[in-house]
Formats: sequence, C-alpha cells, structure tokens
Amino acid sequence: MSARFQLWLGHPLTEKIREHGEATYPHECCGALLGHDAELAKADGASEETRRVVSLLPLSNRNGDSPRNRFSLTAEDVRAAEAAAREQNLEVIGWYHSHPDHPAKPSEFDRLHAWPWYSYLIVSVQRGFACEMTSWRLNDDREGYTPEQIELDELHAKNVREAGAVSNGFLG
Amino acid sequence: MAVKVIIPAPLRTFAGKNDSAEFQASTVGEALGHLTSKFGDLRKHLYTEEGKLRSFVNVYVNDEDIRYLAKENTPTKDGDTISIVPSIAGGAGETGEA
Repeated sequence: MSARFQLWLGHPLTEKIREHGEATYPHECCGALLGHDAELAKADGASEETRRVVSLLPLSNRNGDSPRNRFSLTAEDVRAAEAAAREQNLEVIGWYHSHPDHPAKPSEFDRLHAWPWYSYLIVSVQRGFACEMTSWRLNDDREGYTPEQIELDELHAKNVREAGAVSNGFLG
Repeated sequence: MAVKVIIPAPLRTFAGKNDSAEFQASTVGEALGHLTSKFGDLRKHLYTEEGKLRSFVNVYVNDEDIRYLAKENTPTKDGDTISIVPSIAGGAGETGEA
C-alpha cells in the first residue's frame, strides 16, 4: 500500500463540514464525500492516485443511543448516497464525521467499522467550535490507519460553483 | 445457476480490480464462499475471524436485504444479483463490536 495519500477538496467544502459539525454539536455529524478517484500512470511506470471531493451529501446521524460519541448510517443511506453520486457522475469516495470534544483521530470503534479505500475525514469540534480536520485511510490489513493529506483545491472549487454543480441539496 | 456478485468500489482492489464476478451458487452463502475463495484478500473485510459476516456488512439479493430473508441461506436463482453494501459507523467512543 502507498504510504502517501492525498485528498483534494475546496476550502468552501471544508467550511461546510465544519459548519455541519458545529450545528449538530454536542452530537456527531456525518455525511458522504462525493467525487472522483483516478489512478494515473506516471512516466516512470508507477501510478499516482488523484482523489478529489466535488460535493458533500450531509446525512442524519442514525445513532439514537449515543450520538455524542457515535454515528451510524444505514445500508439504505449508503445506497442512497451511491445513487446520488451516480446522478452527478461521481462516486462515494469517503465519509466525514465529527468528534465532539475529542481529537480528530480515528478511534478503535472507527477502525472496527471501516473499509480500506474510503477516505474517512474527521473534524474535531471543541466546545462547539470546529478545529482540527484530518483524513485517514484504513490499512489493507485492517490493523491501523494511514493519514491522508488534505489538499485545499481553490481553483477547482471555484469552477464547480461556476458550472452550477451545486443543486438538489448537495453542498459543493 | 449463475449469480452475479457486485463488488463494491472499496473492495475491488482485493478482487483483481473487478467490479463483479459470477458464480454457480444456490444460496447467498455459497456465492460469497466462492467469492472469498477466488479472492482471498476480500475475506477479512467481509467476515470476522470467527467467520461471521461483519456487523456492518449488508448483503442484498436483487433489492432484498438477506437479513429479512434467510440470511446466508437465502436461495439464489439464475440471473440474481448480489450486492454488498456497508453500513457506516464510527465515532469518538472507543469500544464496540464489528
């Protein structure tokens, strides 16, 4: 597995995730990351992955028992997110959620419920204010996570907005 | 009877980058058994070490969740499509079963 991952997304999208986390505080927020994932061949024969978030699909935390430190989405939520992504010629490339009053680090509970490949973006919300934001990929052996560098993509975000890609409740 | 198993995007890297595979199978369990025999690296992402489907792994035959049918004993017929869909969970808490 590559030791280096990058997740490109526009600054407005990071703000939307922060706002979502603050709005649901002290409960966890969650949603889907919709975008593109492409493996590009490089001249030296290696390949380089480019992953880009184009829009967000905010979702409701289904965990009614412990929403302050848990979130859950049903399989039907996932199928709906996949359908929404297909409508935009995108795919679900990951998920975001907040950690109220906890660091933006994946927990053991996160690890047990994750799959590789997906980007898991976490925003820490401390006393109601969103702060650190990180992204992670589960390792192929399920034993741990590899951090994913969040790259702010201002130009792409601007183009998406101008192209009118923000509609139907999607945040882009 | 041939059934088609759709391999979700996150797991394709463990299945030779295929997005689906077809097997002769008369139940869901049999089809998934063939799938994980052919692509052994998939197994740990679908099943616990005890051999049970992970709690967040959901399986559909066509549009029916097998939890509401006969689970892995759900019969399949020629032309059926099996989908594997995760439910997503996590959070700041530290314990839980998968």
